[in-house]
Order: sequence, then structure tokens, then C-alpha cells
Amino acid sequence: MKVTQAKSPEHFHKVVDCQYACPAHTPVPEYIRLIAAGRYTDAYMVNWWSNVFPGILGRTCDRPCEPACRRGRVEEEPVAICRLKRVAADNKDDVTGRMPRPAAQPNGKRIACIGAGPASLTVARDLAPLGYEVTVFDGDSKAGGFIRTQIPRFRLPEEVIDEEVGYVLNLGVRARLGERVDSLKAVLADGYDAVFVGTGAPRGRDLDIPGRKEAAQSIHIGIDWLNSVSFGHIKSVGRRVVVLGGGNTAMDCCRSARRLGGQDVTVVVRSGFEEMKASPWEKEDAMHEGIPILNYLVPKEFTHANGRLTGVLFEKVAAQRDADGRRQLLPTGEPDLHIPCDDVLVAIGQENAFPWIERDIGLEFDRWGLPKLDPKTHQSTIPNVFFGGDAAFGPKNIIWAVAHGHEAAVSIDLFCRGEDIANRPPPETSLTSQKMGIHEWSYDNDVSIDLRFKVPMREAEIALKDIRTEVELGFSRELAFKEAERCLNCDVQTVFSPKLCIECDACMDICPTDCISFVDDGEESELRTRLRAPANNASQDLYVGLGLKTGRAMVKDEDVCLHCGLCAERCPTGAWDMQKFLLETAKPKAQSCGRAAAPRMPAPVAAPER
Amino acid sequence: MTFLNKSRFHHPQLAPNALGLTRRDYEGAISTLCAGCGHDSISAAIIQACFELDLPPHRIAKLSGIGCSSKTPTYFLGAAHGFNSVHGRMPSVLTGANLANRDLVYLGVSGDGDSASIGLGQFAHSIRRGVNMTYIVENNGVYGLTKGQFSATSDKGSKAKKGTINTDEPIDMVAMALQLGATFVGRSFSGDKAQLVPLIKAALRHPGAAFIDCISPCVAFNNHEGSTKSFDFVRAHNEAVNRLDVILGRDHIEAEYEPGTAIEVTQHDGTVLRLRKLAEEHDPTDRVSAMNHLQERKAAGEIVTGLIFVDPEPEELHDHLGTIAGPLNALGDADLCPGAAALEKVNAALR
Ligand SMILES: Cc1cc2nc3c(=O)[nH]c(=O)nc-3n(C[C@H](O)[C@H](O)[C@H](O)COP(=O)(O)OP(=O)(O)OC[C@H]3O[C@@H](n4cnc5c(N)ncnc54)[C@H](O)[C@@H]3O)c2cc1C
Ligand SMILES: Cc1ncc(C[n+]2csc(CCOP(=O)(O)OP(=O)(O)O)c2C)c(N)n1
Ligand code: SF4
Ligand code: SF4
Ligand code: SF4
Ligand SMILES: [Mg+2]
Repeated sequence: MKVTQAKSPEHFHKVVDCQYACPAHTPVPEYIRLIAAGRYTDAYMVNWWSNVFPGILGRTCDRPCEPACRRGRVEEEPVAICRLKRVAADNKDDVTGRMPRPAAQPNGKRIACIGAGPASLTVARDLAPLGYEVTVFDGDSKAGGFIRTQIPRFRLPEEVIDEEVGYVLNLGVRARLGERVDSLKAVLADGYDAVFVGTGAPRGRDLDIPGRKEAAQSIHIGIDWLNSVSFGHIKSVGRRVVVLGGGNTAMDCCRSARRLGGQDVTVVVRSGFEEMKASPWEKEDAMHEGIPILNYLVPKEFTHANGRLTGVLFEKVAAQRDADGRRQLLPTGEPDLHIPCDDVLVAIGQENAFPWIERDIGLEFDRWGLPKLDPKTHQSTIPNVFFGGDAAFGPKNIIWAVAHGHEAAVSIDLFCRGEDIANRPPPETSLTSQKMGIHEWSYDNDVSIDLRFKVPMREAEIALKDIRTEVELGFSRELAFKEAERCLNCDVQTVFSPKLCIECDACMDICPTDCISFVDDGEESELRTRLRAPANNASQDLYVGLGLKTGRAMVKDEDVCLHCGLCAERCPTGAWDMQKFLLETAKPKAQSCGRAAAPRMPAPVAAPER
Repeated sequence: MTFLNKSRFHHPQLAPNALGLTRRDYEGAISTLCAGCGHDSISAAIIQACFELDLPPHRIAKLSGIGCSSKTPTYFLGAAHGFNSVHGRMPSVLTGANLANRDLVYLGVSGDGDSASIGLGQFAHSIRRGVNMTYIVENNGVYGLTKGQFSATSDKGSKAKKGTINTDEPIDMVAMALQLGATFVGRSFSGDKAQLVPLIKAALRHPGAAFIDCISPCVAFNNHEGSTKSFDFVRAHNEAVNRLDVILGRDHIEAEYEPGTAIEVTQHDGTVLRLRKLAEEHDPTDRVSAMNHLQERKAAGEIVTGLIFVDPEPEELHDHLGTIAGPLNALGDADLCPGAAALEKVNAALR
């Protein structure tokens, strides 16, 4: 097999499963260690540079990092990465002094960001300190996008939004709020050097079945309803509520309804429980609040009497495979189910809509109504117009919106400097030995065997009284320390130097998870079967060292390495070393006048006293 | 040495053996030897062998003397019986234990200092008596624990770390074991588990005195240029006489070999030792041939390894003494005090 090149960051990047899975590539283990060391402010800033909204994301992130977390492959559950982020936000000191300062001098380039959601705000955050004059437009009166208008307050208090949106706007960004943009043509005519479109996916899908018109009074589109709740236009709901849909919006609708007077709230989903789009923890939280979830029911009709909604009629279905082996929902033939209710919330999906973009200005759309974009650069068919967030490739989530914002900011910066935007700058990386003494490392290499800790919650009785009462209390510092200790420090890499190895087998023998083998070299697929433990997880790379005296290959399966450092402690020659790999994705850089003052990565973290 | 314990977490696909135990269940406490010590590799090979043989750990007795090598029983088979005896006295303690309870599997672990210097006599007598045991000498050519003095197995001309040249003739424990009547004699190298693990398995299954001399580099005091017990020197001079497969009765497969390239030795319990020959003139079932081969190759500067001699029909101490089939320590009061009539009979026989 090919030798793993220590100089190429790709291998080591992939080993840090959580960071690799995070769309914004947040250096997760780095901030988790900082939390364990009680350095909350540093932990916050590590997050802030990567994902811009640590306090918001620490409560709401879709957490693609957690299913990827290595810990989930060696015990039952991954590290509570997301909720640890909140710990950094909750416990930090005043960070205003650590923020970049607004640019002293403008660089003469003007950027328009349309929509003030996380995507646009990220573009503004990355560009404003460099001297770009960034103007953010939003039809709403406050910035934040769906973070502010959709995510209910019991999950995300408004102060947190104000604080983190504020850090961005304070960088000298011009916010033109309450100004809906009606014409892209007009914006372009204003002479902006580049335009970023971050207008989200604002249209909720409707359900056109009999009774929809007649009972319209009591049938609400989920995201419109949540928006009105958020702005205080809607303060109550009927006693019996049916929520249609199985995604996160449905979960927010039903839990909001419980807080606005709904006593008998039911979620009804076409598909099975497992196939629901909502995250497992959202479903759990809803059920915990006494909301039943009914599956395999297809809405057939809104029933009504005297112009008032009386309920919803459902057909019972079952999942079956058709002739081509495709799964289909087919009627079971059982009698229909009628659920009486006073209000219906329709949360069956979101769509993109760009009524304000003229179709004759050269901006092309695909057949799904999405703009034609370069997937890397986010550039549209009008060279100085870029898209990101839900507006780019359809509805996703906050962390993807942030990641898009960073990429678009890089593109806009290159574009404005007249450079080739396809030529992306590489990430900044470093690899540093963590050795402090013979058996001492600058990280805590003792692997905790604790199971995942639960985030303390407010009692349902109190939580359901007021929609503004936050349900989750967050980890205390003590719990946070213990949870942080569960992290395996996957960024502290095992780095091998074949020249030093005397093939004594010590590393292979000590490894608790049988990662290391010394074998005859071969083709990867065949090699994977001959290792000390079969390397069946093909998504995890093999680390290969050649040039040993016996001609064998050192092959390490990265899959379940605990990063315990025992291989390095046992090696008599230092052929193994534990080296911390830091990676920060490329961000636009100030060209001449020196960049933002704050250091990105804080000083090293020492292992906590044991 | 390491201060941390090895994590309890293990590979998710770690397989159990017939007893439902995993290899990790055969481990002991974390080693306190120097990082990279050959002895630790031998411990790992013992763990692997016992796991593969499905041996219940609590039916094994591990005994040792004094030395780094003799410390290692702490680092494997945590659930086995253990006895750290006095320097060089492992063989007599093992012999006694074996006489009292012949039902356990006996594993003696010793060093070249422990067995070839202070314990040479003990070693010799346990072998010539044919005690049913596996006797492993972890041979590094030095007294590791006392900081690297030449041991009695150190080759003449081998250089110490500080430069002194050894002027004494070495004791070849393999040659001695052959001469003393061991019914299983092997030599191996801690850096070659592919050879060592089957050898230990075969020895544990051998119903007689099985001796293994395992060269085991001392990374702290004897792994430099000029030493004949270093990784590099042993790798350069290692000449294996054969490759051994241990085939347990239950999974015996008939494999075809060119005539004369492999021999099979079936042990009492049905275990088949299949030896793929690497040295033409060596016959591992012929003691004299084995001794000759050993001396010839040694004269040519080679280190002969592999299964050097095995007697398919061994006898052991209990056979010689005519003891009962069960363990003596299980005899009840009635057996031990058969009464006045029995005593009378014994006395009469002596009159
Ligand atoms: C109910 C609900 C709950 C959610 N919960 C989560 C969650 O817990 N975690 C998570 O990660 N994601 C969640 N999401 C998804 C997440 O909110 C979005 O993916 C994310 O906000 C998209 O960011 P964005 O910057 O692309 O656009 P948005 O946040 O949608 O912001 C777009 C902004 O553009 C403005 N706008 C639109 N058109 C114009 C125009 N023509 N002129 C001016 N302004 C305009 C809008 O007013 C809006 O403020 C949720 C979504 C919904 C609907
Ligand atoms: C009766 C007695 N004499 C001397 C010693 C000192 N001593 C301890 S270990 C040792 C030599 C051990 O050498 P070896 O058996 O080769 O073990 P190694 O450490 O090399 O593995 C000696 C001489 C002792 N402990 N007891
Ligand atoms: S254990 Fe820690 S570093 Fe490893 S994937 Fe999980 S959170 Fe990331
Ligand atoms: S750090 Fe080394 S010893 Fe520990 S699990 Fe990873 S490879 Fe094995
Ligand atoms: S412990 Fe070190 S010298 Fe020994 S085999 Fe492993 S890498 Fe090589
Ligand atoms: Mg010794």
C-alpha cells in the first residue's frame, strides 16, 4: 500500500472524526480539552472562529459530528460535543476584547448580503474586518433569520441570539433591517462589487386535500405559524392540536403548541417512526412532554362543520416493497381514523422561492427552482452573485449555512482581488509533539470509561408554563468536566517513523484495541483482512509505514484507536509519537494591513491534574 | 514502564474462544518492564497461546524465580495461580506443586541468570526428572534486573554496553536440555511471534518436560552493536529448522506436502504437530540427529530456532513414580489414614 504521508494533512484530518464531519470543521477536541481545563473563554473563541455562533449552536446544532464521533464505536454513545459547546458559551468571560476590531480603513469594495440569517452573517463576519463594506438586508426587523424567527425560545433564548448576532454586526457591518429586497436587478444596479444571497428557504409546503379551504381559519402552515409565535402575533392555540409532519419543524410546532394552551397535542406522520426526519433527541423531547407520535397515517381530509374545523381524517398505511423492491406506503384497508381537533399545524416541508429575482438578468435556475451554482465556490451564473445557506442547495441547517458562508466569503474575497476563485487556499494545519516527559503528555491520555452524561432539564411542569422558559439547563461545570473527559482526543495523532522502529512488537502488544499490525505489505482490500483485528470499517483509513528492516509494513487501522498514547509510551525508540494536529479551514485574509489582532488558537492545554 | 492502565475498551470485533473468553481476558497487570523489552513480547505470545488453546486461566499455574523475566507472570494470565519463588528455585517449587496437583497446567518462566547461573542445578534436575511442564527461559544474555552484567548464556566475544568483551564460554541451554532428556526442546525469538506462539502452544500440550529457550533482547542493556543477543544480530543469524503448525484434534486438516518436506507428530491428546521442514538434514524426532544439527549449525555461526526435538511418546515424573491418576492434594482422610491394618501391612513388607 502507499505510505501514509505525515506531511499531507488529509489523513490526519480524517482521523479527527468529529471535526471532519463538522461542515465548518470546528476543532472539536481542542475546545473540549479547553473546557476540561476550565478555559471556557478560549474554548468559546476556538468555536467562534470556526462556527460564529457557539452559544446558538451549542443549543440547536444538528450535530453531524456526534454520529461520526469515534467514541460511539468503542462504547455506546458519542461525546456530547454539541452541549459542551454551550458550556463554553455559558461560562465564558466577556469576549468583546477578543473579537476582531472593525477595519480601520475600508478597502473600497462593497458587498451586499441579502437576508440576515447565519449564512449572510458569516459572510459579513469574515469580510467586514478586512475592510469590506458589507451591507446586510433583511425583510424582518431583527437580524438572525430562521434562528430568530423559527427556533422556539424554549430551545434558544433571545439574549443568546442578540449577543452572537451582535458580535457580527459590531464589526462595522451595515444592517438594513425591515427592508425586503424586491429586485436583484436593482441591487446589482447599485454597483456592489459582489452580492451574496442568503435568503433561506422561506416557503412552507401546503397540504391540498378536501376541506383545506373550508377550514382554512384553523389550518396553519408550520413555519408561518412559528414565525408569528416568535414575534408574539400568536399567543394561543386550541385545546386539541394535530401536527402533520415528522421533521424538526413538526417537533417545534407541537412543543410550542403545548406551551400556548394545547393540552391534547398529537403528531401524525405518514411514514414509520424510524424514517422520520426529526433528530432522535427532538422526538424524545416531544414525547417527554406528553406528545404522542402516531405513524403510518396519511391525511385524507380536513373535516369541518359550519365553517369550523372538526378534525382530520387519516388513511392507515403500511410499508411494503413493490415489484422493484422499492419501499412504498400502501393502504392496509383498515377503517380510516378520525382525530378530532381545534387546530392543525402543517409541517410537511419547506421550499425555496425566489420571486424577487428577475428571470431575465442571466441568473439561471435548475429544474427544481434552485440557482445553478458551482458547488465549491458557490458562484452563480452571474459571476459576482454568490449563494449560501438554505438558498443555495435547499433547506439544511445552521452549521451548513455557516460553512457555506465561509466558502462564499473566500470566493468573494478572491473575486474582488481579481484572482481565480477556483484556486482555493488550503487549510492551515500544524502537527506538534505532545511529549512532556517519558510518560507525560500535554493531554490527559487516561481513557475515561464513563457513559454519556445527560443534560439536566427543567421539570416539564415548569417548562410548559411559558414558551420563553428554556427547557435545557445545560451541563454544570462539574458534569461538563466529566463529559469532556470522555473525549478521546482524536486530534492527538499517532505519528510513526519507520526509520526508528526496531520491530520489538511492544506497541502492537500494548494496544488495547488491536490497531497496530506488522505484516507483509499488500493491496489494501486484502491487507484489511490480515490485520490483528479485521479492518472492516472501510470509511476509516489505514496508516501505513514502510521501510522497516524486515521488509514488513507497519499498518495501523485508525478505526477504533483510543489515542491513549500507550503505543508511544511503550516504544523504546520513540518511533511512535503523539502529535496534535490542528486544522483551521481557510478564511479570507487581510492582504497588507495585518489581520485581526486576536490569536486564533489559544496556548496549549495542559492535562488536568489527576 | 507505563503508569496508566490499559483501557478496558477493546476492539468491537474481538473474538471469544471456545470458553467465551477473549484474548484480553488472558492479560495480567500492566507491565513495569522497560518499554520494548523482549520479555513483554513473550508475555503477549503466552497470552495468545493460552487463548488459542482455550485453556481455562484458573487451571494454569505460573511459577518463576527472580529477574525481569521472572517478574513477567504478573503481566499475563491474571486469573491463573502464581508463585514468585527465590532466585533460581522455580524448578523445585514447580516440581513440588506438580507432585501435589498434577491436574494443573504448569508454566515455569525464568531468565538466563535465574536458570543458567544460580539455578543451573535446579534446571538440570527438573528436566532429567521429566516434570510435566512448559519451561521457558527468557534469554537476554544479561542479568537485566541488576543492570546488565553478563549472564552464563552470554556468547564468548559478545560486547557489553560499556564495551567489556565476554571471555567465558556460554552455556547452551538447548544443548543441555537435549542431553538431559527433555522430551520437547525448542528455541525461538521474542521478535518472531509467528514462530513463538505455535511453539508455546505445542509445549503446553506436551505431556512431559518441554523446554523453550527464547532469545529476548534487553533493550536497556544488551541491544547494541557487538551484542549477540540484539534484535539485529538475532535477525541476521536466525536459522529456523522448521515452521510449526499446531493442529488441535478437532480441526485436523489433511494437507498435501511434497514427500520429505513435512512431518507430522501426533501427541497423546490428539494434537498434531505439523512441521514444515526448512533444514534438510534435521530430523526433529531423533535426539542424536537434533544434537548433531544443533552443534553443526552453531559452529557455522547460526542460531538454530524452531522445534528442535520432540519425543512423540514421552514419559514424565508421575509415570516414573507410579502415583495415582488423580491429584494428591485431593486425597481424602480415608485415603491418607488407611488405618492400623494397612500400616501393619506396610511394616510387614519392610521387615
Ligand atoms: C422550525 C425550524 C426549526 C429549525 N431548527 C433548527 C435547529 O434546531 N438547528 C439547526 O441547525 N437548524 C434548524 N433549522 C434550520 C435553520 O434555521 C436554517 O437551515 C438556517 O437558518 C438557514 O440559514 P440561512 O442563512 O440560509 O437562511 P435563514 O436563516 O432562513 O435566513 C434567511 C433570511 O432572509 C430573509 N429574506 C428572505 N428573502 C428576503 C428578501 N427578498 N429580502 C430581504 N430578506 C429576505 C428572511 O427574512 C430571513 O431572515 C430550523 C428550521 C425551522 C424551519
Ligand atoms: C539469591 C540471590 N542472588 C542474587 C540476586 C540478585 N539478582 C536479582 S535478579 C538477578 C539476575 C537475573 O537475571 P535473569 O534471570 O537473566 O533475569 P533478567 O532480569 O535478565 O530477565 C540477580 C543476580 C537475588 N535476587 N537473589
Ligand atoms: S472522541 Fe472526541 S475527538 Fe474523537 S470524534 Fe469524539 S468528540 Fe471528536
Ligand atoms: S494510541 Fe496507540 S496504543 Fe492507544 S489505541 Fe491508539 S494505537 Fe492503540
Ligand atoms: S514499540 Fe516502537 S520500536 Fe517497537 S515495534 Fe512498535 S514502533 Fe517499532
Ligand atoms: Mg537475563
